Amino acid sequence: MGKKVVIDPITRIEGHYSVEIEIEGGKIKDAWTRGDMFRGWEIILEGRDPQDAINVTQRICGVCPVGHAMASAKALDSAFYVNPPDNGRIIRNLMAAGNLLHSHILHFYHLVALDFVDITAILDYKGNDATMNNIKEWVKKEVSTGRSTAAAPFLPRYKGDYIKDKELNLTAISHYVKAFEMARTAQEMIAIWGGKMPHVTGIVPGGVAETVTAEKIASYLYRLRRIKEFIDTCYLPDVIAVAKAYPAWFKIGGGYKNLLAYGIFELNNEGTETYHIPGAFINGKLNELNQKNIKEEVFYSKYSSPTGLHPFDGETTPDPKKPNAYSWVKAPRYDSQPMEVGPLARMVITHLSGKRPEVTKLVKDTLKALNADENILFSVLGRHACRALELKIVAEQAEQWVLQLQPDKPTNNPYEVPQSSEGYGLTEAQRGALGHWIKIKDHKIERYQCVVPSTWNCGPRDDKGRRGVIEEALIGTPIADPENPIEAVRVVRSFDPCLACAIHVIVPHSNEVKTFRVV
Amino acid sequence: MRLTRRDFLKAVGGLGAAMLTSPFLSKVAQAIEQEKKNFPVIWIQGQTDAGCSESILNTVSPTVVDIVTDIISLRFHQTVMASSGHQCINVLHEALKSDEKFILVVEGAVPVKDDGLYCTIGEDEQGKPITFLKWVKDLGEKALYVVALGTCATWGGIPAAEPNPTDAKPVTAIIDPKKVVNLPGCPARPHHLVGLLAHLKLFGMPELDSKRRPMVFFSRLIHDNCEMRPFFEKGDFAKHFSEKKCMYLLGCKGPITYNDCPNYQWNSGVNWPIRGGSPCIGCASENFIGSKGNGVYMRLPEAKVPGIAGLKVKADKFGFAVGAATIGGIIAHAIGRAATAKKKSNEKKESQGE
Repeated sequence: MGKKVVIDPITRIEGHYSVEIEIEGGKIKDAWTRGDMFRGWEIILEGRDPQDAINVTQRICGVCPVGHAMASAKALDSAFYVNPPDNGRIIRNLMAAGNLLHSHILHFYHLVALDFVDITAILDYKGNDATMNNIKEWVKKEVSTGRSTAAAPFLPRYKGDYIKDKELNLTAISHYVKAFEMARTAQEMIAIWGGKMPHVTGIVPGGVAETVTAEKIASYLYRLRRIKEFIDTCYLPDVIAVAKAYPAWFKIGGGYKNLLAYGIFELNNEGTETYHIPGAFINGKLNELNQKNIKEEVFYSKYSSPTGLHPFDGETTPDPKKPNAYSWVKAPRYDSQPMEVGPLARMVITHLSGKRPEVTKLVKDTLKALNADENILFSVLGRHACRALELKIVAEQAEQWVLQLQPDKPTNNPYEVPQSSEGYGLTEAQRGALGHWIKIKDHKIERYQCVVPSTWNCGPRDDKGRRGVIEEALIGTPIADPENPIEAVRVVRSFDPCLACAIHVIVPHSNEVKTFRVV
Repeated sequence: MRLTRRDFLKAVGGLGAAMLTSPFLSKVAQAIEQEKKNFPVIWIQGQTDAGCSESILNTVSPTVVDIVTDIISLRFHQTVMASSGHQCINVLHEALKSDEKFILVVEGAVPVKDDGLYCTIGEDEQGKPITFLKWVKDLGEKALYVVALGTCATWGGIPAAEPNPTDAKPVTAIIDPKKVVNLPGCPARPHHLVGLLAHLKLFGMPELDSKRRPMVFFSRLIHDNCEMRPFFEKGDFAKHFSEKKCMYLLGCKGPITYNDCPNYQWNSGVNWPIRGGSPCIGCASENFIGSKGNGVYMRLPEAKVPGIAGLKVKADKFGFAVGAATIGGIIAHAIGRAATAKKKSNEKKESQGE
């Protein structure tokens, strides 16, 4: 008895993050997650031109820069009292859709698939595809070297219950390759309007900088259609195939079952109506969203600034040596509740709102095909399924939106930076609810706070000691072999965290605390 | 047939005409395939947003798969590797023990305040977090070449922007600059990294400028090859976003930024910032975001131009970024030509397109 297993870092996520887990009776009994990197964006923003925020905050995340640009632009729009014209609003939506397409495809194939798919199945490949044969020959040659890093970065890996069906593995590997092309195509869709990607220059206060031409519409539309075909013929079938191979994973990783969504894809220029519906789902009940209910607690976070502040008053004073603190992530709470954000929250809230019949139909049809109720969505596979369903819906909507653009009409409205003002922008990044809050004084940023999706999902305990969202979702997860805790990383990756993780597995409070390393 | 250094430079030299990355990189890729051994690459991430990694994934020719199977042996990259925890950290420990030569790619700035506690990767035998600072030092010392990928690794970038809360440093401040090649850009560009790796593998160190950037990619200012240059020459400036003319009055940083965006554009050539109706924000430049006063849309200050007579001069705050004469010359030129440019009227308003 008395095992401590440390996994640090968890790979195939974005950023630096770690989790510590206690195992009892083959299951996770307790967990602590921590963010391992701090840059101080909010401190850097203070005293700068408010207009800079759109470009600076995009650099918080190279995977979801459009989300930050949107949140920031909306915060500035509200502080500058300006709304985008139709074209500007629609183009922002099209860029956000592009970023969603890019990120979800990348997440499933390049970040998650290696937890399920057996890459060594390539050695059995008998077909004619040149790329597949190239990979096969490469793996063969690499493995023959006997190097510990042979076939890196695909090996080594945890021992685990990988897919045994040869054809399914080979299909998934070929889609893994194709998904690079799809992700790149989605980035091009964003750059058509944003100038470049990652990090667009084309989102500005009051709209976007690019103009509308028929050539751009077509260029976006036909890329979108290629990806749409990939979603229907590869992504959705692959998610379903994985789900069928791992039915138990519809019952693992549920967590609090509290969901928060801010809504995204503006349907009017004031931003009061969005395609994805905002809301707070708490204890089985859907409530209207009120951003005043958001507070950030820092008792266990490495900050000496006060706890329990609303983001408008938020402070960020780093203290890496603060006692008890174990994470660089703050612990945001909505109405004092820990909330899960992301595609699961968006799909469930939009579905339950009853305002988008096509979403409700898609969710219900999927559940019917799986012969299950909504409860299975609160799980590792439920999150992957919601991501895929969301992509199908958004691709279909974007196809309509792009055709609403009007060449030669303006894409942005003029604005002035006020002497003093405040504003906030709520939107959805790929990984969930994203909010920026700004206060302006003397034409400069007095205070800027971002509460990002991974703060909600990856945060530590709050002031009352209640676990963070991923911490809670890990509870009860079976760990077959503490030396190869593949189950734990599957739970963590289902959230698509935006940090790099480390997991510590501890068997609790025994006299003997023996430490060994996972190799 | 082996690609010679001359062929390579010739291919690269023809980039002015090439709009996309494909032609010359395909040629390089062919040559690389003939070099049987893939060069080991260890890629570590510090104060980064992974944007450079995302950007490199946009490579067209060679593809990501080509790069991994034919060009390099990607031993460590947290965003793509299968292994987690000590299984993956062992790759780094083994690289430190082994005699095998490798290229270290560093993405992100290196925080040094409080002994580097602001960014950690993995734990040591005692369960103490290992700082990114230590990894860069140890791996950097051992590496044959070090690539500082992106603006954060090259200059410190936004993490090092005033007031630099974590004392973030560029890679050249941590390890011997002589083995470092800088590839600035936020993000770094796919053909820069692929081209550099190809060059390192086939010919060793490429020709670098005084800031250790490869000359083939960074010898020209954005302004030199900008497609809006004719408007600049006519003194015809955009007054607001979307107006497809010279973006100087909107704070364009093209005149102080070395990069090849005008030649290559971005994302398979679908667009680039200035064509997209917004100014260049200077994401590859030394003071990108940087000091507080350096606004994204703030017009470059007019500067003293030694040796050019009869020009109005203004204080130069950008002098540390590039030679004052360079900016000064450009700005003076712009002002001289710009019959319509209202000198130093309401700068804030103008920068907003009012």
